[in-house]
Amino acid sequence: MTLTLPTRRHEAFRYSDIEALGTVWPVAREEIVVAAGETGTLDVIETGSSTVARHLVITLETGAKFDLRVLLAGPNFGRIAVDVRLGEKADFTLGAAQLATAAETVEIVTEVTHAAPDSTSTQIVRTVLAGQATGTYLGRIAVERGADGTDAEQSVRAMLLDRTATANARPELEIYADDVKAAHGCAVGELDAQGLFYLMSRGLTPPQAKRLMLQAFIAEAFAGAPNEEALSEAALARLEAIL
Amino acid sequence: MLTIDNLHATVADKPILKGLSLQINAGEVHAIMGPNGAGKSTTGYVLGGRPGYEVTGGSVEFLGSDLLELEPHERAAAGLFLGFQYPVEIPGVSFVQFLREAANAQRKGRGEEPLSGGEFLKLAREKAGLLRMDMDMLKRPVNVGFSGGEKKRAEMVQMGILDPKLAILDETDSGLDIDALRICGEGINAIMRKPDKAVLLITHYQRLLDYVKPDFVHVLAGGRIVRSGGPELAHQLESEGYEAVTA
Repeated sequence: MTLTLPTRRHEAFRYSDIEALGTVWPVAREEIVVAAGETGTLDVIETGSSTVARHLVITLETGAKFDLRVLLAGPNFGRIAVDVRLGEKADFTLGAAQLATAAETVEIVTEVTHAAPDSTSTQIVRTVLAGQATGTYLGRIAVERGADGTDAEQSVRAMLLDRTATANARPELEIYADDVKAAHGCAVGELDAQGLFYLMSRGLTPPQAKRLMLQAFIAEAFAGAPNEEALSEAALARLEAIL
Repeated sequence: MLTIDNLHATVADKPILKGLSLQINAGEVHAIMGPNGAGKSTTGYVLGGRPGYEVTGGSVEFLGSDLLELEPHERAAAGLFLGFQYPVEIPGVSFVQFLREAANAQRKGRGEEPLSGGEFLKLAREKAGLLRMDMDMLKRPVNVGFSGGEKKRAEMVQMGILDPKLAILDETDSGLDIDALRICGEGINAIMRKPDKAVLLITHYQRLLDYVKPDFVHVLAGGRIVRSGGPELAHQLESEGYEAVTA
């Protein structure tokens, strides 16, 4: 952790609201260690309106599992950084949704390091942006030398409700092992106009039709979570406010 | 019920409808037939209010209001149902949730009380049964993984649940095998063949009309109706072809 406030020249802060970040800097590291063979879960739900910046540092020992869900919806500036280091046969899941409107900035920055053989990671990030909001996902997956048998998957999608909103997405893979499966998909788009018309032709108002489609989009980030329902409900409440 | 007068419409600045006029009264079934590119699907989309289909002239009156002034969801609440030729797949949204919200949005638009979960499920089960569709299918995401025939039957289930005054059915018969065609045809009759309702069937072929007998048949060519007649006109088209009949 550096005590000096970063600038936008730092890759990991390139799209940050540095001024807002300064009000909460320095950001404390929240260390989580999951011991060998243990299972851990954490929901990070940030739905307040004030600036929030968190930095989770997660270490997964041999055979450990961790399920992390993030909902970032509300802060004028919200940043969740997650560093994960996976030991042998460890498994990490991240399901994250971020929603923003007006001039809000939200960002999720992950660095997942597969440090030993046969570990697996899945990251699903869904971003919904309206108004002049900015939403960013920077996701780095590193597979170290000798971490053969790694299976890493990343699915990143952002939906722009207004053409004035900005989505940044940067998936990054750095692989130094031979036998590695790494899949990643990344897309920024708008709601399907045909789908919207179909729903409206059945009587749904435009906000209802949008909400229904976005609800499904966001649900992908929380599918299978221990608190799936609570997360979805919190996301839905914010979604209704944005539409 | 529906009065279309000298309707002109463009799609991507290309004129498609060029003076379409049609009067549909309660209790009637009309069929619009015509060759490819005549403007059949455009007619359905313009009446449904699909974005990108621009009305450049004429008027449409539906149950006393100016249809063209209404948004698509307001048209639905007013009693219009558009059956899609290609029903859209919506991943992650179940039919049950979508249809209950749609039915209640329409009811709200008309100032009626919403249906409870139990009332809705009872209604959905009844209409699904009418179309011989398993209720489990309605718990699945909207149209996702449905065959062509299942999508069309699901359209008819939706029509049954939403209980419109006027159904505009765009090539409901395409993609149906013989059994599904009969089931859909019987479904349309059961749901819509009532004195206070009307149907506009848009089709290429006579075969659906064997089950849903039209009172009037119109031939659409070049963006307007060039000939109207009784059910016998459909048979004449089937045997002689559009070219001969529209010449």
